[in-house]
Amino acid sequence: MAARTEGLSARDAVALRLRGGSPDWAGWLLEAGLLLSLLVAVGILFVLVGDTLVKAFPVLAERPLDFLTSTVSARAPRAGILQAIIGSLTITLIVAALAIPIGIGAAVYLEEYARDSRSSRLIRTNIRNLAGVPAIVYGLLGLAVFSTALGLGSVLLAGGLTLAVLVLPIVVITTSEALTAVPESIREAAYGVGATRWETIRSHVLPYAAPGIFTGTILSLGRAFGETAPLLMVGAIAGTFSFVGAPWEQMFEGYTTLPTLVYHWAGYPQAEFRALGAAAIIVLLGVILVVNATAIILRNRYDRKW
Amino acid sequence: MTAPSTMPQGSLTPTDLQIGAGRRRREGTIRTLFLAAAASSVVISVAIIVTLAGNALNFIVQVDPSALFTDGWFPRRGLYDLATPIAGTLVISGIAMLVAAPLGIGAAIYLSEYAGRRSRKILKPIIELLASIPSVVLGFFALAFISPNIVQAVFGAPLFNMLAAGLAVGILITPLVASVAEDAMHAVPQYLREASYGLGARRRSTSIRVVVPAAVSGIVAALILGVSRAIGETMIVSMVAGATGGSLFNLNPLDQGQTMTAAMTALAIGSDQVRGAALTFESLYFLGFLLFLMTLGLNLVSDAFVRRVRRQY
Repeated sequence: MAARTEGLSARDAVALRLRGGSPDWAGWLLEAGLLLSLLVAVGILFVLVGDTLVKAFPVLAERPLDFLTSTVSARAPRAGILQAIIGSLTITLIVAALAIPIGIGAAVYLEEYARDSRSSRLIRTNIRNLAGVPAIVYGLLGLAVFSTALGLGSVLLAGGLTLAVLVLPIVVITTSEALTAVPESIREAAYGVGATRWETIRSHVLPYAAPGIFTGTILSLGRAFGETAPLLMVGAIAGTFSFVGAPWEQMFEGYTTLPTLVYHWAGYPQAEFRALGAAAIIVLLGVILVVNATAIILRNRYDRKW
Repeated sequence: MTAPSTMPQGSLTPTDLQIGAGRRRREGTIRTLFLAAAASSVVISVAIIVTLAGNALNFIVQVDPSALFTDGWFPRRGLYDLATPIAGTLVISGIAMLVAAPLGIGAAIYLSEYAGRRSRKILKPIIELLASIPSVVLGFFALAFISPNIVQAVFGAPLFNMLAAGLAVGILITPLVASVAEDAMHAVPQYLREASYGLGARRRSTSIRVVVPAAVSGIVAALILGVSRAIGETMIVSMVAGATGGSLFNLNPLDQGQTMTAAMTALAIGSDQVRGAALTFESLYFLGFLLFLMTLGLNLVSDAFVRRVRRQY
């Protein structure tokens, strides 16, 4: 008996003895099944990227730079994604300029100022529910409020405002989590030397919560960058702006973004447009995966245990 | 108030410790700004409900009730059979859950109970990265890979079908289900596992008969959240399920189908051609309101389950 348990950990050796020496086939089968489901879930990412790379190859190999710097065209060999890149970046900037300050402000109010009153509980529940509202419903809101009621029409600014509203609850929730992770003793130390509440927040709480807030905002900007459905509601699909006029005037022009262009090109039956769509996905996925991976790695590195 | 006068010159008085008027004013202003930021979320909710409910009400008031129960969803012809998009939504969400429930929960159990510390450190971020893939990318993948290489190759279905859309939606929500379920199992206290091992249980009995039952609320919450996300998923369905111009009532996953979300994008994109014709704009908001109520209900239930886990441990 002793010889058979050699090389096993103490726990496995005891387990083997308890089973009367027979191997645990059912346990192995279960473990293999569980591992398989994990590998399938993860493996799909690699199949997806691989298949898209193969389909994008004609475009990426023949004219990688030309594809990035050409404008949208009905002729596949000349079509590029310049307007989509500019549209996506501008929308992300609008989202960052609105959703990040308002979202952080709301989270600071809820975590640092609000007492546990009925109204603050209402706001908290409300934000959690807003985060679960389907993206396309935000598109309906944008269509009714920004495009129609405010009279903006199907323009870049309306798209940016719509996505800012969509991303806001995510910024609030991630910032709240980062703020609650800062221990109370840090705040008490600041109050102890006579700091006011805002001084405490500015000099103590926010700096310690910064890595968490930063990751949360990056992830939410990534979400805005890849969002499509709400933009279809506020007219991103066929809109492409010309390059006349100042940048702020472009805000009130038709627009397109990378994901909407992917949707547009996927709708064409010709293989050339499929290749264009695949190439646009490689650019889109490249940006999102790199940005999100950086954010996740940074968070895991600065994840502080108090 | 004799205390200050008896104090020696140059020492602190209580007035010195009070904050000045300027500092106090600044505190008030900043607090108001933060409150306004928090209140904006309430404004957004009210705006969503008012716009959706207002236009939905317009639709219900003006529509001919018999048009809601015809044999298909053809808004341009004034036929708004509600059963058609709801049936499509249920078929696709059902297929998606058949994919996401076993994969997501299996992956969660493995990550939480079997994976070593090092592999967990690599696999958990990959699951998170998977969750960040935009749905339009999965829609393209479904159209370019899943439908021709899997569904058409096995079943000989048309290129646009609900099965391919359902599979892709399932892939999309698997990381979400996995990560919420994993959080719940990770929150199960270690002493329950130790007690189980102490009684001589194996790892498989400990996982399946101790940890999973202890985390069942969180696992149910993960599944409900998955259903809610599947119902609201738009891009994959619009790109792969077909039926962009309307659809007959259909429950066959190997054929084209209409979902609530796909019907909405079809209405929005085609709105230029049909504006003014009948009630297409209002029907868009009616579907949106229906979708909003369904997902809100599911999210509230899921939230209640999550809170039950938190109360227990």
